[in-house]
Amino acid sequence: MKNKFILVLIIFFSLFCFSVLFKALNNTNIYSPKNVVNKSIINFSLPNLYTEKNISTEEMFKGSKFYILNIWASWCLPCRDEHPLLMQLNENSKIKIIGLNYKDSVVNAKKFINEFGNPYSLIVTDKKGITSIELGAYGVPETYIIDKNKKIIKKFVGPLNNKALTEINLLIK
Amino acid sequence: MKILTFLLIYFFFSFTATNSAEHTNDLGNKISKNVRCLICQGQSIYDSQSEFAISMKLVIDKKIEEGLTEDQIYKYLKSKYGAWITYDPEFNKKTFILWTLPILLFLLGGAIILRKLILNKF
Repeated sequence: MKNKFILVLIIFFSLFCFSVLFKALNNTNIYSPKNVVNKSIINFSLPNLYTEKNISTEEMFKGSKFYILNIWASWCLPCRDEHPLLMQLNENSKIKIIGLNYKDSVVNAKKFINEFGNPYSLIVTDKKGITSIELGAYGVPETYIIDKNKKIIKKFVGPLNNKALTEINLLIK
Repeated sequence: MKILTFLLIYFFFSFTATNSAEHTNDLGNKISKNVRCLICQGQSIYDSQSEFAISMKLVIDKKIEEGLTEDQIYKYLKSKYGAWITYDPEFNKKTFILWTLPILLFLLGGAIILRKLILNKF
């Protein structure tokens, strides 16, 4: 009787451990961009790529219904892939695209823009990458869709694609 | 006398500045060892030389200089990147088993040993 009880106890305990571990396996621990969505964008001030004059968020996010903040760098290959899509988005008058140049040299960044075109209304430079981290980014490219109240409504990690483009167009309708 | 006063003031300020830099460095290293590099495989930002880790270390130093405590910095990073950013999992409904199971097993083991000892005695 006692042995049976111990056996049942061991089986139940094993099943319990198995279910806990199995549940944990299905729990994704990868970084989710949800953490910054629906939050207001932080206040920061960064130098303009061309004039080197510091621009604050107040000046950046002014005069448009929607804003796209795109973190990019000339050394980032996926940024080249998404660039034509940004050029396409730039044709929409409802959006103002702001480029945040991440840990890049000014010369290379300007070369990149000259070669592939400039979809940005404004480009600011984040030489040390501090502002990007404060924004909750972890690499390039990353794209934030921001409304007129400076609230982040969507964040795309990695290069934009056609699916993302459709989603953006739906968001800003 | 003037030179002596100048030297005293100079040494006082240089000592204070060095101490403050060392404090930032020590605390920064301590926090960096407990912050996960999200783009690396199983490395803390302290061990990594990736762009993300380098920037993250700068942010941590900046926050220390702004006067944030260690816990406040972890809280700040979690608000940006989620609980996964730190190696030390917090106690919540998802992690309570992780925290309580070893204690329960330890108590169960202790109870079994104690019972055996008592039975052997009598």
